[in-house]
Amino acid sequence: MAKDLVSALADLKEKEALKIVEDRLNAKEDPLKILDDARHAMEIVGKRFADSEYFIPDLVYSGEILKAITEMVKPKLTKTAETKRLGKVVFGTVAGDIHDIGKNIVVFMLDVNGFEVYDLGVDVPAQKFIDKIKESGAPVVGLSGFLTLAYDSMKQTVDAMKAAGLRDKVKVMIGGGQITEEVRKYTGADAHGKDAMAGVTLAKKWIGAG
Amino acid sequence: MEKKWEEMSPAERQEAQLQKWLSPKDPEGKDLKFQSPQAEKAFKERATRLKDALQMKKPDRVPVFTIYGFYPALYAGFTPREVMYDYDKSNTAWTKYVLDFAPDGHIGPWVPGPGKVFDILDYKLYSWPGHGVAPQYGYQCNEGEYMKADEYDAFIDDPSNFYSNIYLPRIFGALQAFTAPHIADVLEMYGGGLNFIPYGVPPVQAAYKALLEAGSEALKYIGVAGAYYTQLAAAGFPGFWLVPAKAPFDMIGDTMRGTKGIMTDMYRQPDKLIQAMERMAPIVIKNAVTGAKGGGVPIVVIVMHKGADGFLSDEQYKKFYWPTFRKLLAGLINGGCVPFCFAEGGYNTRLEIIRDAPKGNIIWWFDRTDMAKAKKILGDVACIGGNVPPELLSVGTPQQVKDYVKKLIDTCAKGGGYILGNGTVMEQAKPENLHAMIDTAKEYGVYK
Repeated sequence: MAKDLVSALADLKEKEALKIVEDRLNAKEDPLKILDDARHAMEIVGKRFADSEYFIPDLVYSGEILKAITEMVKPKLTKTAETKRLGKVVFGTVAGDIHDIGKNIVVFMLDVNGFEVYDLGVDVPAQKFIDKIKESGAPVVGLSGFLTLAYDSMKQTVDAMKAAGLRDKVKVMIGGGQITEEVRKYTGADAHGKDAMAGVTLAKKWIGAG
Repeated sequence: MEKKWEEMSPAERQEAQLQKWLSPKDPEGKDLKFQSPQAEKAFKERATRLKDALQMKKPDRVPVFTIYGFYPALYAGFTPREVMYDYDKSNTAWTKYVLDFAPDGHIGPWVPGPGKVFDILDYKLYSWPGHGVAPQYGYQCNEGEYMKADEYDAFIDDPSNFYSNIYLPRIFGALQAFTAPHIADVLEMYGGGLNFIPYGVPPVQAAYKALLEAGSEALKYIGVAGAYYTQLAAAGFPGFWLVPAKAPFDMIGDTMRGTKGIMTDMYRQPDKLIQAMERMAPIVIKNAVTGAKGGGVPIVVIVMHKGADGFLSDEQYKKFYWPTFRKLLAGLINGGCVPFCFAEGGYNTRLEIIRDAPKGNIIWWFDRTDMAKAKKILGDVACIGGNVPPELLSVGTPQQVKDYVKKLIDTCAKGGGYILGNGTVMEQAKPENLHAMIDTAKEYGVYK
């Protein structure tokens, strides 16, 4: 039974996956187990994406199915899931840039891979990153940006971390359509990732969970 | 005697339209008076160079074309906000850019204006300088589901009604009243006069008033932009981009269903999505062909988004993106236009697929694509260009730019069919880097 949900979700069979969830909830199964299977399936999705077997539509669709599953399961949850989190990541699209699709995909993949993500949204000023890093103590920061204007905003954000004395306490990853190694050097970030799974790999490496 | 348009082959139509472009007219439709014989010569040289390249011939040297958004404004010392609202400033900035950098082809001031139209109509689809984004930055799309998942049938049944009564009221706040019933379809009976009642209600009247104002503002702007084209042509500089078009997949994915919407539709209702794109293709073709004929520039720019490497698998690309995009290309070529396909992001995995484009002149403009691979796969069927990266122009040095351009020319220029230029819509660059790019192409790109 358990395996069925994992493969149905991992294979993006929406109707099948939802039917299994419905049946299992009707059979009074522990909803946490269902969520656990869903999480396992999402790991497979992530792996397939990293292996270029899946592409962005598949990732987006898996997220939609997962959302539907979570909504079905939620009312049955008597206790909150005590999931062990690998570590904290502060994430946002940098100042001046309001694009969120790439960011949302990375945040989503970090989340299903067990990270606690503080998503600050879009057009995030440097100070907001600083405040959240201080407050959360997160050791990893992700800066997203789609436009070339993000080069300067990313640099300013990294500089602000230096000025706040936080730079050696955090690892900074950057990403987005026009982000390359040259840009990484310019901004002073630690690494750039070419896609969502690269972000997950970096976070795991830096947090020592990889 | 000249062959009639209907009797021409697509290749003949492209040639006829390009010939017209080589002999520009003034706003009255008479032959343009150039500033000087030198300016006339320079115009013909530049246009012929671009024409030769796009027709897969070897010009005297590699032509240079740059693509930019608000860069000319920043270069001239204005904010994007300023040039959107002060039309003379947009003319000044765009002219200065062309005169200072002297690329072989240029782009009119279409990005900046007219800003007031957006205010009048309360535009929701984009944030623009000083309205949702800072005055020094460019447009950014406010993605959303401006078409709902269950509205494909409404679009497929009657696209025109869908746009006017459903889509426009969503993207323009001032046109919200258009969701109300419009002119009814029963007018052949006496008493039909009462069908005009919807036009009497204040919100609908206000919407029409906004439309009239927007129209006046747009006319003001076209006067300025038209003067820009005439002046620059007279000074020896041909315009290269004029009319835009988009792949049906991007039209639905970018600004109707949104990225998430279209990607889930690929799974949940693939047939409807394909049907809608099929419905859309002829509309896009007709608009672009009409616009290109009227504007006298046959190059039609197609900015391509969601077919890039990684966005779709090859199977998904072949099923969802390519068929209607290919139809668009065929329709444009048949209408005498030259598609300028600007593939943002990487297009490495698509090169073999797009090699199968319809016969005719096409320019493929690449951003992050491997240019050696592009030349190898497309070199005998289409003109290619682009690729100088934005980070090099904004944070590199002139020497780095020079080296990069030389390498690009070594890789791509052989045998012709190549235009040098930057790979991403330029919003920022060091002027010295831009000069290095253009001047290197002019010196190093001479065909011997």
